[in-house]
Amino acid sequence: MPPASTPHAIALEGLNHWYGKGDTRRQVLQGIDLQVAPGEVVLLTGPSGCGKTTLLTLVGALRQVQEGSVQVLGCELAGANQRQRQQLRRSIGMIFQGHNLLRCLTAEQNVQMGADLLPGMGYRARRDQAREWLRAVGLGAELHKLPHDLSGGQKQRVAIARALAAHPRLLLADEPTAALDSRTGREVVELLQRLAQEQGCAVLMVTHDPRILDIADRLLRMEDGRLKRLTPSDGTTAVQ
Amino acid sequence: MSLRAWLAARWRARRIPLAWLLLTRQPVRLAVALAGISFAGILMFMQLGFRDGLFDASVTIHRLFDADLVLISPRSTSSVSMAGFPRRRLVQVMASPEVEGITPVHWNLLLWRNPQTRATRSILALGFEPGDPLFTDPTLAPKARLLSQKGRVLFDQQSRPEFGPVAEWFQQGRTVESEIAGKRVRVAGLVGLGTSFGADGNLLTSSETFLELLPNTPPGSIEVGLVRLKPGSDAAAVAKRLQAQLPSDVTVLTKEGFIAFEQNYWRTSTSIGFIFSLGAAMGFVVGCVIVYQVLYSDVSDHLPEYATLMAMGYRLTSLLGVVAREGLLLAAFGYLPAYAAGQGLYWLVRSATQLPVAMDTTRAFTVLTMILVMCMASAALAMRRLADADPAEIF
Repeated sequence: MPPASTPHAIALEGLNHWYGKGDTRRQVLQGIDLQVAPGEVVLLTGPSGCGKTTLLTLVGALRQVQEGSVQVLGCELAGANQRQRQQLRRSIGMIFQGHNLLRCLTAEQNVQMGADLLPGMGYRARRDQAREWLRAVGLGAELHKLPHDLSGGQKQRVAIARALAAHPRLLLADEPTAALDSRTGREVVELLQRLAQEQGCAVLMVTHDPRILDIADRLLRMEDGRLKRLTPSDGTTAVQ
Repeated sequence: MSLRAWLAARWRARRIPLAWLLLTRQPVRLAVALAGISFAGILMFMQLGFRDGLFDASVTIHRLFDADLVLISPRSTSSVSMAGFPRRRLVQVMASPEVEGITPVHWNLLLWRNPQTRATRSILALGFEPGDPLFTDPTLAPKARLLSQKGRVLFDQQSRPEFGPVAEWFQQGRTVESEIAGKRVRVAGLVGLGTSFGADGNLLTSSETFLELLPNTPPGSIEVGLVRLKPGSDAAAVAKRLQAQLPSDVTVLTKEGFIAFEQNYWRTSTSIGFIFSLGAAMGFVVGCVIVYQVLYSDVSDHLPEYATLMAMGYRLTSLLGVVAREGLLLAAFGYLPAYAAGQGLYWLVRSATQLPVAMDTTRAFTVLTMILVMCMASAALAMRRLADADPAEIF
């Protein structure tokens, strides 16, 4: 347990969530308790439809909390309004299954869309920072290419650079390697882990990819809306 | 903070120009949008131009008169149906101390025979005493002297070509003769007046010749009386006083009132104004539909990207601002070609119809405003689509 003075990056307590209404109402999250320390890398696996993505959207302040407590970066999300959630999202980097880059922007401009959220920085400083990040993900030569002209791995690396350019203190990633081949996927995740660690940024990553489980500080498995803990060495056995 | 410092700060704080990039990196869509806006703009320019041009043209002659006050018959409704009033009334006006001079004018539409094709066509004829001042244009007076000979007319060289190649023949030195109301006349000279709604062409002649062409004119009756006042007189006040003094068989107007009287007829007693305004409104609606379609499909196509931006922490209002800026840019870039094409088409219309259609600031501004409203309204409607961008759905 970290000392009380250090707030958790994520602290979930008794989190329940339902979809639908009336008879079709279905519980997707059941009493989730989870704490993620700053700088910790947590991987979340589980069969599809078990609620991983829902958990990610709740932590990412993209969805209204229905029941339980969700504290992200010291901010309580239960009962938070649109504006508070939008403000918090500026401190959370998100990496999606698809790269979700803006098609009409170059790699550099896409990354700067992240940096543009930073207050008090001049345009040039933000652009330079975007370039820095693209160099850090190994795309220094691809600054002015449109997403259309980049490979899948390159696009996902631009997405990482964009997420990190906003100086997040928490990174959420939903199967960032899904669209990549195994070697590229591995490279991308290692890059993500290294850069997040340098920034002291916590990572919560949903993945199905068994080849990348070893980068995790902690491995969690989700089944039918409940969390189970796994050790990185053992990808299948539940160690409650 | 000074303006300069403020601008510098704004410049430093600028962001990626998303609206600009969204538009320019999709050149086909941009071209469609700009074509639509320009088309709507051109349509509005043309319709409003025609409308204003026609109203303006209806008073081409009226503007030329050298008069401060104009007397007409209360039974006159417009330049194409001028009724007569006793010439005595005009003479009575001379009793007023402010009055400097008067010119009685005969005014009627007569049938002119095209000297080449022999076809007849209605032409506006003005008859006046060749020694009297008629128009403010000083070049008329020497030509007017030529009218003192009977059966001579001054032909308006800006008349429509249907009246025959009168001006060309005259300039070539030929003797141009034709028939008006069955009587032979000779062209003694050319004047430049301009066509109008009611008259495709004009000619000037002496009162004597005029009465010969129209022998049924009641004696002592004229259609228009021009009154020139001494410098410094208040035309409106004198008109009011004269109207009160004179019998009710005459209406006293200021020159502006005379112009307004004519324009008002075309504006209210004909459907011309309505038709052209409707045409402009159609252009507006067509433009709205096109811009809305373009912006709506643009927002729809980029919905996941907008959702991504919201997930990154961009506010909905700043994304709405992107759509609004797209609308603004479209308006600005659609207006420019519309303006240029409008100028070109006005020139074309002027040379083909002699109608005084020209770009004026008011109309240029009106169309710009309409295009702005069109684009911003369409953008506002397209923004509703943004409400469908749910960042929770993109994971």
